Amino acid sequence: MDKSNVKGFLEFVYDFYRSMKAHEITLVYEGEITHQITKAFTSLTESNMAKESESNSVQKKVFHVMVECLQNISKHADSFGSDDFLFAGRGIFMVSKGKNDYHVTTGNVIENDKIEELTEMLDHINSLDKDGLKDLYKNQMKEGRLSEKGGAGLGFIDIARKTSNKLDYHFLPIDEGSSFFLLTSSISRIA
Amino acid sequence: MEVIKIKGTDDTPTVILDKENGIFEISGRSLPEDVTTFYEPILSWLDDYQEEANAKTVFSFKLVYFNTASSKLILDILMKLEDMHENGKEILIKWFFPEDDEDMQEAGEEYADIVDVPFEQVSYNL
Repeated sequence: MDKSNVKGFLEFVYDFYRSMKAHEITLVYEGEITHQITKAFTSLTESNMAKESESNSVQKKVFHVMVECLQNISKHADSFGSDDFLFAGRGIFMVSKGKNDYHVTTGNVIENDKIEELTEMLDHINSLDKDGLKDLYKNQMKEGRLSEKGGAGLGFIDIARKTSNKLDYHFLPIDEGSSFFLLTSSISRIA
Repeated sequence: MEVIKIKGTDDTPTVILDKENGIFEISGRSLPEDVTTFYEPILSWLDDYQEEANAKTVFSFKLVYFNTASSKLILDILMKLEDMHENGKEILIKWFFPEDDEDMQEAGEEYADIVDVPFEQVSYNL
């Protein structure tokens, strides 16, 4: 790197750091989500929460949501033809802690032709109340089959149930064929 | 019948299936990397057990955490026990939950709704 690049890079790192602080991000990762990564992140967050004497029920909810979000990426982040090593099972994963809530955010590339189905599913989940979600979960457990990758189609429903919040999702267009799928789950720290 | 004894880890449960001593238990945490591979031997053991089940089977679940993929496999286990119950065997499911864990209690209630088999909820102190 020449001098101006070095300076640019250092500024980027500092901006990145400040921006993490500003958004109260406690964990951020981009890359392949493996089982080892899932275990490492959940146990790191668990021990942080225990240190900060977060209540048991909040700890459990954050743990649940993290596991399901991470497994969503590892099982569903799309692969694209010959480039598949670039996207398959990869994504961005973030945990932030505000005064009142924890936020777990995931982002991954998906094919545009899956957006409709995904939107329908997420909107349906968001339209249901507590009992509706419970029935949907039970039904899906009974009727649903495990996918090849071991997904049971239950993750989003479980997140909605555990957080008692709506699933906050967005699709940002990347190009004609793909989009970036962002999902933020919020867990209240106040009982 | 052979005895299944699997020692739990931080992502897989402890499993004991022992026909001779009448111990049937799954406990701990369940988020295996590959749920199907983990639960397959348990389900096929139950298939064999079904052929020569004890007059009475008390099956205990004492889980502190399971992910959604595991929840489906737990239902598969319960459905095999339901089959045995339908075939005239005496079955009792004991679902243990930490007394302050409403979610685990509710999970038990949901399973009890789905399967038609005697089901007992037991709270305990961690």
